[in-house]
Amino acid sequence: MSKKVIVVLQQREGKLHRMSREAIAAGQQLAAKVDASVEAILLGSGIQELAKEVAGFGLTTVHVADHEGLGEYTPDAYVEVLEATLAAATPDFVVFPHTYQSVDYFPRLAQALDAGLLPEVTALVDGEGGELNFQRPVLGGKLVATVRVKGEGTVLLSVQSGAFSADEAQPGQAAVESLAFDAPSTSREILGVEAIGGDTIDLSKADVIVAVGRGVGGEDKLEASQQLAQILGADIGASRPVIDAGWLPRDRQIGSSGQTVAPKLYIAIGISGAIQHLVGMKGATTVVAINKDPNAPIFTVSDYGVVGDLHEILPPLVEAVREAKGE
Amino acid sequence: MRIAVCIKQVPDTEARLRVDTTGRWVNEEDLPFQINESDEHALEEALKIAEARGGEVVVVSLGPSRVKDALRKALAMGAHRAVHLCDEAFDGGDALATARALHAALTRDGQEAFDLVLTGSQSDDVGFGSTGSVLAGHLGWPHAWLVMGIEVAEDGGSARVVREMESGTNEIARVPLPAVLEVQSGINHPRYASLKGIMKAKKKPQELLKAADLGLDATVVGAAGSRIETVSVAFPDSGQGAEMIEGDAATAAATLVQKLQKEARVL
Ligand SMILES: Cc1cc2nc3c(=O)[nH]c(=O)nc-3n(C[C@H](O)[C@H](O)[C@H](O)COP(=O)(O)OP(=O)(O)OC[C@H]3O[C@@H](n4cnc5c(N)ncnc54)[C@H](O)[C@@H]3O)c2cc1C
Ligand SMILES: Nc1ncnc2c1ncn2[C@@H]1O[C@H](COP(=O)(O)O)[C@@H](O)[C@H]1O
Repeated sequence: MSKKVIVVLQQREGKLHRMSREAIAAGQQLAAKVDASVEAILLGSGIQELAKEVAGFGLTTVHVADHEGLGEYTPDAYVEVLEATLAAATPDFVVFPHTYQSVDYFPRLAQALDAGLLPEVTALVDGEGGELNFQRPVLGGKLVATVRVKGEGTVLLSVQSGAFSADEAQPGQAAVESLAFDAPSTSREILGVEAIGGDTIDLSKADVIVAVGRGVGGEDKLEASQQLAQILGADIGASRPVIDAGWLPRDRQIGSSGQTVAPKLYIAIGISGAIQHLVGMKGATTVVAINKDPNAPIFTVSDYGVVGDLHEILPPLVEAVREAKGE
Repeated sequence: MRIAVCIKQVPDTEARLRVDTTGRWVNEEDLPFQINESDEHALEEALKIAEARGGEVVVVSLGPSRVKDALRKALAMGAHRAVHLCDEAFDGGDALATARALHAALTRDGQEAFDLVLTGSQSDDVGFGSTGSVLAGHLGWPHAWLVMGIEVAEDGGSARVVREMESGTNEIARVPLPAVLEVQSGINHPRYASLKGIMKAKKKPQELLKAADLGLDATVVGAAGSRIETVSVAFPDSGQGAEMIEGDAATAAATLVQKLQKEARVL
């Protein structure tokens, strides 16, 4: 029997999630490696137009699950529809974008299908004897693990943001088919959506950002970073643990659950560089990282790195910038 | 209310990591460990709910014998008793294998009837972000990932759950109980264990369970029961990487500023 890869696409109000295109690219590259065909599943309500758009990718078929019960995302309804569909289709791999929505339900879908589960893939690599291996971050991105799949049956995997380029998604001509399924149900009632408190500061237009991380060591140790920000005319940003600990307000958070920024200069102080932080700042032009760990992943996305204790480096840095600015 | 909290012990986020001789994981010798960050938030949330409504908080952890330190800390924070799944057969499990064992522990002999199970959202070591959801599947209960707020309804039949979404928004839903809620870091400020708590923890019940105690065959848990297997770990390839600025603090600062002015032209 020929092999099959299915990509499950995420959309919202008839528009593809940015990472859905990356998932298509990943699905196509995976299919090329294992010599499989690629299909896609699109779920939602009122998505026929979008299905036509998706049909322009290099896929054999786009299966459309268009139902009002799928309009508002709930894990039970999504699992119900996909479980029935995938159990019948018996694909080798099912690829999801590693979004908050996918990760909310696809592990549960794996359990329901008794399938393998491989979250947060960042690369497909050749292993021993040409075996297909996968890479994924572990220990907060401080290490990269190469993993292999064992056993029989379908494997559900998700692909991390930015790991596969959407531009590499191959165009083509896919058939659009409606999926037949029982009306999905959910046990939960969606009450609404709220903006996360205090979005008063818009960092997206900042020219210079001084971002502090857990390595700074405490609310009472922010002063040197704040001084640096002041003489640079920079905005202060932060990684999530700084916000969670209450050292700075929530609207200073940068990353997948915070703001997305693209300054000319981004100075990361005591930030390790977990992917959830990097997705929020990788649009920065020049990145400087100060970190005592020479292996910190933040250095992989930096232009300039200083390895050392930030408490020692910041005071002379403040002075040097002051001088350079002629102040 | 009876609440179970699944906590995992993971390397301290500050720890200097070294790859071990197998090349498949980090050298755990001399490595400091801590309770996984989001799990500590989950425990705090459970303690708050139990304080408000009355009830029992049971912490459950799967891992080697070092895990007893994490459980002792959880007991010192206020959990009532601890269950430790400790068996070589459990080692190296993926999310499916680990959730299978946790499920067996949470439902064993029908003696553990929980109204709510809390987990963290993601472990800081293997980071599957999946174990709680898979566990919910086994239990047949609803679940929610990245939970940033829990308000249990007065009748205990449901909870108002705040779930983090991308792009700075939260979704609010009413979820029937029992459920598995996977707590995200930042939902609360975890308490410190008091001296009194630490003293009391010594007398709290701690149970040690092996695979056989749970009627689990060693082939369905741990590495043997997993569908994925780590071949190797390595530090990320620095790619084009950063230009590393050398010298003592003063020299490095001066060099950096010069480069930002002359090369990057951002000052
Ligand atoms: C669903 C989800 C969403 C998330 N969303 C976000 C998000 O939006 N934004 C975000 O930032 N994170 C987010 N996270 C968390 C993310 O995974 C990391 O845990 C977080 O980014 C780590 O923050 P950090 O780098 O400040 O802390 P750590 O990873 O603890 O790093 C601290 C760094 O400081 C260095 N350091 C310590 N002391 C010193 C010193 N004296 N001098 C110099 N360096 C020092 C250390 O070497 C280390 O590299 C999210 C996680 C999940 C699961
Ligand atoms: N070995 C374990 N023991 C107890 N709980 C665990 C274990 N592994 C994972 N969990 C729970 O599942 C959550 C998600 O873990 P993971 O799927 O590994 O990211 C963690 O935050 C814990 O609450």
